Amino acid sequence: MSKQWDIIIQPKRSVLDINLKQLYNYKDLLFLFVKRDVITIYKQTILGPIWFFVQPILTMVIYVFVFGKIANISTDGIPQPLFYLSGIIIWNYFSSCFSLTANTFTGNAGIFGKVFFPRLIVPLSQIISNLIKFFIQFLLFLTVFFYYLSNNTVNPSYLIILLPLLLLIIAGLGLGFGLIFSSLTTKYKDLKFLMQFGVQLLMYATPIIYPLSTIPEKYQFWIKLNPITHIIETFKTAFLGSGQLSTNGLIYACVFTLITLTLGVLIFNKTEQKFMDTV
Amino acid sequence: MQKNIAIKVENLSKLYRLGEVGSKTLGEDLNRFYAKLRGKEDPYSLIGQANDRTSEAKGDFVWALKDINFEVEQGEVLGIIGKNGSGKSTLLKLISQITSPTTGRIKAKGRIASLLEVGTGMHPEMTARENIFLNGAILGMNKKEIKAKFDEIIDFAGCQLYVDTPIKRFSSGMRVRLGFAVAAFLEPEILIVDEVLAVGDAEFQKKAIGKMKDISSGGGRTVLFVSHNMASVKSLCDKGLLLEEGRITAYGEIDDVLDKYLLTTVFDEQIKIAERTDREGSGKLKVNDITFFNKNKEQIDKLFIGDTLYICFEFDRKIKEDEKIALAFSIVDKYNKQLVLWVTDELCQQISNCTSKLYFKIDSFNLRASTYYISYQLAFDKISKDTESDKLQKAKQIQVINKKNNDNGIIPRELSLSYMPIEIIEKFE
Repeated sequence: MSKQWDIIIQPKRSVLDINLKQLYNYKDLLFLFVKRDVITIYKQTILGPIWFFVQPILTMVIYVFVFGKIANISTDGIPQPLFYLSGIIIWNYFSSCFSLTANTFTGNAGIFGKVFFPRLIVPLSQIISNLIKFFIQFLLFLTVFFYYLSNNTVNPSYLIILLPLLLLIIAGLGLGFGLIFSSLTTKYKDLKFLMQFGVQLLMYATPIIYPLSTIPEKYQFWIKLNPITHIIETFKTAFLGSGQLSTNGLIYACVFTLITLTLGVLIFNKTEQKFMDTV
Repeated sequence: MQKNIAIKVENLSKLYRLGEVGSKTLGEDLNRFYAKLRGKEDPYSLIGQANDRTSEAKGDFVWALKDINFEVEQGEVLGIIGKNGSGKSTLLKLISQITSPTTGRIKAKGRIASLLEVGTGMHPEMTARENIFLNGAILGMNKKEIKAKFDEIIDFAGCQLYVDTPIKRFSSGMRVRLGFAVAAFLEPEILIVDEVLAVGDAEFQKKAIGKMKDISSGGGRTVLFVSHNMASVKSLCDKGLLLEEGRITAYGEIDDVLDKYLLTTVFDEQIKIAERTDREGSGKLKVNDITFFNKNKEQIDKLFIGDTLYICFEFDRKIKEDEKIALAFSIVDKYNKQLVLWVTDELCQQISNCTSKLYFKIDSFNLRASTYYISYQLAFDKISKDTESDKLQKAKQIQVINKKNNDNGIIPRELSLSYMPIEIIEKFE
């Protein structure tokens, strides 16, 4: 008689025991979640997917008005709409990846309490559905971009091919931080509040409304500690031809992301076994 | 022939924290971490106690399940029964991997699909078609499997007309049907079902039970089934598992387990009348106990509708011959609504040998199936506040059960509740 068990449920899995095969088996669920997120967001709205555009456009207009016209913050000679828009879409992608992932356990406790599937599917689906949202907003950016390109006010470079890498880093960072926060909030609900304004504050520590070059030398170190800084700067260098691209910075961002993501996945994996008891 | 075990549960225990989780956890976590560093045992896990809801907690932790061992053969239907809070749901949660055990292990062959709720993860804005795919995928099917079963699912749920309608427009019953239909066409080796059949109309419940029978007998799949509906447990399951306070108290053929469950549950929750402190009256004469007997004079705590019932009042002393006792007692339902009332005066003058026990006979106890309580008032001469000797609300529990196991739970017709003839029995035994 064969004693081969397919499933063994034990008190403690090893920290590194991440069942990738199981994750793969649920790939259909991943895409159905993405589909659900995308098609239900604007159901029963009149404008539908147009809302994807409205938010960045309005934000951009406000930024141009407040930071560009009133505060008169330099954009390093880049047309203001393009400058802000590039920051906004990248930041949007990061912040929505982060905050949605961070909500994984508390927001899905209902489903998680009733049925088992690899919990990692949920944050992964958020990353993908937000990527779709990013590309829609990226279209908007491209429209503005080509408008200024025809006026010869921007000079993009071959570095544009780095875009997939940049997106990967952003997604990895958002996911990594989100997973860590999501795991910790199951026990310490305080973090939810920290996260809410933390994301807002972090935006000001990222060169979105100002170029890195305007930061005084002695503060630059701190801003560069923020890995997203390097992403934004690389993006701006690639598309707009103005920014501080540094290979070291990019490598730093990659390493930072890898560490965060690994840590996040490990903590998440450990939390998912017990979180129903504490959430 | 060797048995083919589908699920094997070994020494399974689950510890839960009592009280508020997270109030002082950071400090405790540090404490725990420090203990771990020194290689000591977790300072907070030592005080587990049995899961007895009625007594005040002594420690901070409770064993929701303790040392559970059992095996389920392939193709077997195991019914898990027990009172609320006995650990049934915890057991299902552990087997369906929603939370992990504190000690012990569960081994299983094949895919496990759990149906702890119908229609988990369905999105109200999406159409029935989209939801079937989503729900199916959540339960562990892949797209191809769902596609192959799609027509059958729609057919079973009976919602061909509404395939492309968002399910927020569905009635709640329809949503349940859809959810169950998806789950019914899952093809896992092990299916876990928790009470979900309690919803839906009688016709659908019948359909659902029938489907579950097909799954286990035809498909050779293993089913774990939790329900409070004893009729459906009886008709569906081969084996039974009775949980009490997180431990297995009976395990075996379903009929034996059900018998044990029905026998043990009622008396457990009752405090003996003699120990009750919420009584009123002067206390000159008190009721020590009330017991029920069937027509064969066997002591019972439940009876079928319309059965003959003997009620015995036992007093704390022998009644003197010149004492004029008046006793009023009534049957009340769990909301304390009075359903039948009997008042008798000069009790001992009516019978010759008045001892410390009084017997009454009701030829046909015609209340519908439910749990009832007996409340009484004992006085001298006449029932009144001044002469009252002893009074107790809901002194004893009695349960009336349906004669036939109606698996669709039809409520029996309401019988006349106001009058039920009663007589005093002179000679019992």
